[in-house]
Amino acid sequence: MSAPRRVLAAMSGGVDSGVAAALLAERGDAVTGVTLKLFCHGAAPGAARPCCSLEAIEDARAVARAMGFPHWVVDAEEVFRARVVGPFLEDYAAGRTPYPCALCNRHLKFGDLVARLDLLGADVLCTGHYARLGRDADGAPALRRARDAAKDQSYALALVPYAALARAEFPLGDLAKDEVRGHARRLGLALWDKPESQDLCFVPAGTRAGEVARRLAQGGAAADGVAPGPIVDLAGRVLGEHRGIVHFTVGQRRGLGLSAPDPLYVLGVDAGTRTVTVGPRAALACEGLETGAVNWLVPHPPAGAFRAAAKIRAQHRAAPATVEPAAGGGLRVRFDAPQLAVTPGQLCALYDGERVVAGAPIARAVRGADAA
Amino acid sequence: MIYLDHNASTPARPEVVEAMRAALADLPANPSSLHREGQRARAAIERAREQVAALVGARPDEVVFTSGGTEGDHAGLVGAAWALEGRGRTVACSAIEHHAVHGALEVLRRVGFRAAHLPCGPDGRVRPADVDALPPDTTVLSLMLANNETGVLQPVAETAARARARGMRVHCDAVQAAGKVPVDVAALGADWLVISGHKFGGPKGAGALVVRRGAPFEPLFRGSGHERGRRGGTENLAGIVGLGLAAELAARELAAEAERLRALRARLEAAVRAAAPDAVIHGDGAPRLPNTVSASFPGARSDRLLMALDARGVAVSAGAACASGAVEPSPVLAAMGVPRDLAVCAIRFSMGRTTTADDVARAAAALAEAVPAARAAGAGA
Repeated sequence: MSAPRRVLAAMSGGVDSGVAAALLAERGDAVTGVTLKLFCHGAAPGAARPCCSLEAIEDARAVARAMGFPHWVVDAEEVFRARVVGPFLEDYAAGRTPYPCALCNRHLKFGDLVARLDLLGADVLCTGHYARLGRDADGAPALRRARDAAKDQSYALALVPYAALARAEFPLGDLAKDEVRGHARRLGLALWDKPESQDLCFVPAGTRAGEVARRLAQGGAAADGVAPGPIVDLAGRVLGEHRGIVHFTVGQRRGLGLSAPDPLYVLGVDAGTRTVTVGPRAALACEGLETGAVNWLVPHPPAGAFRAAAKIRAQHRAAPATVEPAAGGGLRVRFDAPQLAVTPGQLCALYDGERVVAGAPIARAVRGADAA
Repeated sequence: MIYLDHNASTPARPEVVEAMRAALADLPANPSSLHREGQRARAAIERAREQVAALVGARPDEVVFTSGGTEGDHAGLVGAAWALEGRGRTVACSAIEHHAVHGALEVLRRVGFRAAHLPCGPDGRVRPADVDALPPDTTVLSLMLANNETGVLQPVAETAARARARGMRVHCDAVQAAGKVPVDVAALGADWLVISGHKFGGPKGAGALVVRRGAPFEPLFRGSGHERGRRGGTENLAGIVGLGLAAELAARELAAEAERLRALRARLEAAVRAAAPDAVIHGDGAPRLPNTVSASFPGARSDRLLMALDARGVAVSAGAACASGAVEPSPVLAAMGVPRDLAVCAIRFSMGRTTTADDVARAAAALAEAVPAARAAGAGA
């Protein structure tokens, strides 16, 4: 009998990562659970000092106890602040709409935790993402969409360092959400009916804009994001004033405080002049986009133009496009048919069928010569 | 697993386990009951009281049984502060006390008392002369006998004498010292002294507060006359029996065991330096417990080193981490002036009665692997 495979399981305290870890433990792997402590939830009542015994940590510990494997809490607050929250706030201050989950996956789960594999003598890092890992003929990993298209999280993984995928495992890639809850129930895990987590983990639900404004105001230097500025139409006419660009994202309709015969949408945010540009829905259509630095998820990135399906936000259906390298290390993506609300700061993930070939942050939208 | 975390808790000795099992099985009555069954239970408790008194040089009637160190520190400090309230409302402790003492002062602050602190030097010891800088209305000074993180022994007798000359009374948390080094409450000049059974082979959840004759005291738990009115509540009979036996065994073996552990500590410290020539042993040079080594391995953060050692079969403790694993530099090391970078790389090895020379040799081998591994894991991506 061979020694069990040693697995480090990232456990957020949610159902998905708990079941992923539990399934591997059930299969006979030697699992060690790890919960990243990303931020402090403030002082507990009566505590002598700020305590961070979050419910999430307790939920993860309960899974580990139930399955009989060890569990650790890893303090990753510094890395999280520097690599996720910092850039998140900078993006907002610069008029972009960030997608912090991709950075967290890149720097925390597939950065900090992968770096700990050798520490524990572990072979594999397991997470509860809905995604699949295939192998090319030569063994190179291939990140693919999950079987359950509605739950697919391959998009959020598009910035993970390619080398880290070689040591990753996604036990939920072939499961549907109700099957995952079924496993949790079957294994007697108390979190089987825990609700889905919503929105951002480090900001209380429903308070994103207010929280961003508060933190930027604290930051001082980036306070421009929370200063008032003009709302203009495509012709440059001032239609009103807003209370700070952090409250706006491309495609947004609510909260403009304007009355117009036809609904108006945010078309763009210019941090330099604190200007929010609005216009009709049709004006949201973009021919393409340009990206920032590219994270390739193939062993040999293409040198020239190639065809791909581009997914430009978590809820977007990937659209066929032609992609070519642009100056400065980014990519230029040209959609076959215009796409609505291309939003700087969001992630562009490029798919070849089921496979993610690359991910990169959207730097700017490209409209036709006559638009904007 | 090689268990080098005896300062956190020690395994209960087999004799203790058996005595507790027998107490649970054979002594069913309430020790306060007047019938003969009650008297048998009472006799077991009084026997334990003698055993505990002997360990710390107290009289049996000075021993109040508690649930352990945290209760002892709360009952002692709050009880003393209340009893002395007419003379002042400031209570002092050293900067390096256990959380239990800081917690008791927190309770006192909550009801209007003030807290003052005694600093500590770079060697991990408080300086008796600093007592003179405490506020004049300080009624009680709390000073531990041995620090739980560094093992450094504090100059309790000298400090207590100085405090007494200024009209203060002295509370001594001897939780880490009792059973490891000789403790004599009279020689220390302490009015209240706290011990905990699970630090020397007894059960978790049983300890004692010594209230010296003549020391002012007001009980925290009231409403019934247990423990001569000093601690209400039906006694933890089996726990007290276990505590008593552990105290007797520890007292009997103390000298030989201390010598054995001192030799093992020298080997462990050699292993620390072999694994990392730049390692820093905290409190090196100061008088210390024979079983404790607190060391920082520069560049190897304690959370990573802890995991790396655990994976290699060695259980140790980080300098300080809250229950959720946040790495905060230990307040003890901070008070000693240890820089933050070094303090977040601190690991505590603490040996005990079950630790063998072979354990130390295997821990040394694990350490030689774990330090480079923890350093390689770096500060994250």
